[in-house]
Amino acid sequence: MEGLIGYLVPFVIFAGIYAVLSLGLNMQWGLTGLFNIGIVAFAGAGAYASALLTREPSDIFGIGLGLPFPVGLLGAMLVAALLALFVGWITIRLRADYLAIATIGIGEIVRLFLKNEAWLTNGVRGMDRIDRPLIARGDYGSNLFYMVVVLALVVAVYWLFERARRSPWGRVLRAVRDNELTAMAAGKNVVSYRLQAFVLGSAVMGLGGALWGHFVGFISPEAFLPMQVTFLTWVMLIAGGSGNNKGAILGAVAIWTIWSGSQILTGYLPNELATQAGAIRMLLVGLMLVLVLLYRPEGLLSEGMQREQDIRRQRQGKS
Amino acid sequence: MAEILQLLIFGIVLGSILTLGAVGLSLTYGILRFAHFAHGDVMTLGAYFALTLIVSLQLPFLAALPISAGLTVLVALIADKLVYKPLRRTQPVILLIASVGIALILRSAIQLIWGSDVQTYSQGIQLPYRIADITIKPDHILIVACALVLVTAMHFFLQKTRIGKAMRAMSDNRDLAQVTGIDTDRIILWTWGISILLASVGGMLLALDTQLHPVIGWRLLLPVFAAAILGGIGKPYGAIAGGMVIGIAQELSTLAISPAYKPAVAFALMVVVLILRPKGIFSGRSI
Repeated sequence: MEGLIGYLVPFVIFAGIYAVLSLGLNMQWGLTGLFNIGIVAFAGAGAYASALLTREPSDIFGIGLGLPFPVGLLGAMLVAALLALFVGWITIRLRADYLAIATIGIGEIVRLFLKNEAWLTNGVRGMDRIDRPLIARGDYGSNLFYMVVVLALVVAVYWLFERARRSPWGRVLRAVRDNELTAMAAGKNVVSYRLQAFVLGSAVMGLGGALWGHFVGFISPEAFLPMQVTFLTWVMLIAGGSGNNKGAILGAVAIWTIWSGSQILTGYLPNELATQAGAIRMLLVGLMLVLVLLYRPEGLLSEGMQREQDIRRQRQGKS
Repeated sequence: MAEILQLLIFGIVLGSILTLGAVGLSLTYGILRFAHFAHGDVMTLGAYFALTLIVSLQLPFLAALPISAGLTVLVALIADKLVYKPLRRTQPVILLIASVGIALILRSAIQLIWGSDVQTYSQGIQLPYRIADITIKPDHILIVACALVLVTAMHFFLQKTRIGKAMRAMSDNRDLAQVTGIDTDRIILWTWGISILLASVGGMLLALDTQLHPVIGWRLLLPVFAAAILGGIGKPYGAIAGGMVIGIAQELSTLAISPAYKPAVAFALMVVVLILRPKGIFSGRSI
C-alpha cells in the first residue's frame, strides 16, 4: 500500500497536470486552430505567479504574500491570461505560423525574464518551499489529498470545456478554424473569438503550471524544460485526438505512461549511456509525433467520433 | 564611437549567419507554404558534421564545409521523402507540426551522437587584426565572405537558371506553374536542397564564431524567423536585409539594455513589424 501510494499517486498527479495542459491546448489548437508552441511560457508564468502569491515572505528576494492556495491558482490563471492577451492582441489576426513563431518568442522572453529578474524570482536559483493546500508536504496523506485536488480540477476544466465545445460559442470556434471566411460572412467577429479561445486556453495552462509548482515545491527557470513541457503536451493532444476533450485527457494519460515507462527502461541502461537517457526519450517523443501524424492523424479518439456521439445523443433526446 | 563600430562589425557577422538561415526559410516558405520549424536544428546538424570532419579527419574548415553541407542536405532529403512528402497533400499546418517532430528527432540524435558538452572547432587562439580601437578576427572576415559568396550564388541561380526561374514561378503561383509544365516535385527537391545547404553553412559559421552545443540552432530559430518575417516571409531577397537588420540590432542593443535580453530584441523587432507592416518591410513581388 505504501509503495503503491509512493509511486502511483505522483504518477496520477503528473498525468492530471498534463491533462490540464492538454485541455488548454485543445481549446487553442483542437477547437480553434491556434498554433501555440510556447506552452511552457504560460505554464511557467502561472507557476511563478502562484508561488509568489502563496509563499511566505522571504528575506532574500521578492514578494511572498502568504495568500491561500485557491487565490494562488486564480492569480496564476490571471497572469497567464494577461500574457496571452498581450501576445494574442498582436498576432492573432495573422496566419497560424506567425502566432507559432510569436509563441516561441514569448517562451524565450519569459525564460529570460525569470532568469534575470532575480529581485522577483530569485533568478537561476529558483524558488523553494512552495506549499501545498491544507496538508503540508511530507505529512501522511499529503500526496493523496493533492491528487484529489488535481483530479477535481481536471474534471472541472473538462466539464467547463465540454460545455463550451457544445455551446454555440464552441461551434463558432470550429467554424473559425475550418472556414474563416464563412464564419465572417455569418457576422462573427473572428479575431475576437480567436482571442477568447487563446486567452482561455492559456489561463488553463497557467493553472497547470501552478499545480506543478505546488506539487514539486520548487521552481526555477531551468526546471521548466521547454522541450519537455511544450512538446510532450503537443504529442499528448495529437495522439489523443485534437478537437476532442476526452482525447486530450486520454492522450495525456497514455503518453505520460509511455514517458514514465521509458524512464524506468532507460534506468536499466549501462552507466555510460545513462546520461543520454534524456536524449533517447526526447527522440522517442519526436518519433511518436511524426508517426501519429503519418499513420493516425486524427488521434486515438477522433473529433469526428465525438461529433457522431453528440448527434446521436441529440436525436435520442428529441425522440 | 569605436564601441559602436565594433558592435556594428559583430552585428554584420551575426547578420551574415542569420541571413543564411532566413533566406532558406523564406525559400521553403515560398514554395512549400509552411514554416519549417526544424530549420534551426538543421543548422546545428551541419555544424556537427563539420566538427567530425575537422576534429577527427583533420580537414581544414573550408574543405569540411561543402562535405558537411552535402551530408546535411542528404539527411533533409531523407526526412522529406519519409515524412514531409506523404503529408504534403494535407494542410500546411500539419507539415508545421511534423517539422517540430523532425526538430526534436534531429536535436536528440545530435545529443546522442556528439554528446551535450560544449565543443569548438579549433583549440588555438586567433590573433585579431587591430585597426585603431577596433578588433576583427580572421574568422569574422571568413564568415562574411562565405555568406556573401553563397547569397550571390543564390541570386544568380534564381535569376539565370531554368530551375531558379521555375522556383520563382512556383512561389508566385503554384497552380499556374504546374499548368505551364513545371515539374513541381523536382522544384520542391531543389528548394529543399538550396535552403538546407544555406542553413547548414549558416550553422557551421555560427559554430566557427562561437561554440557548438546541441541547442545552438534552436536558440537561433527565433532571430532567423524574425529576419524572414522582417523581409516578408517567402521573399529571399527581403530575408537578406532582414537578417542584417536583426543581427545589427541585436548587437547594438547591448549599448542600451542588458546583454541578457539580446534574444528578446529580435522578438521585439518582429512584433513591431507584425503590427505596422504584417507583410514585411520589403513587400512587393515575391521572390
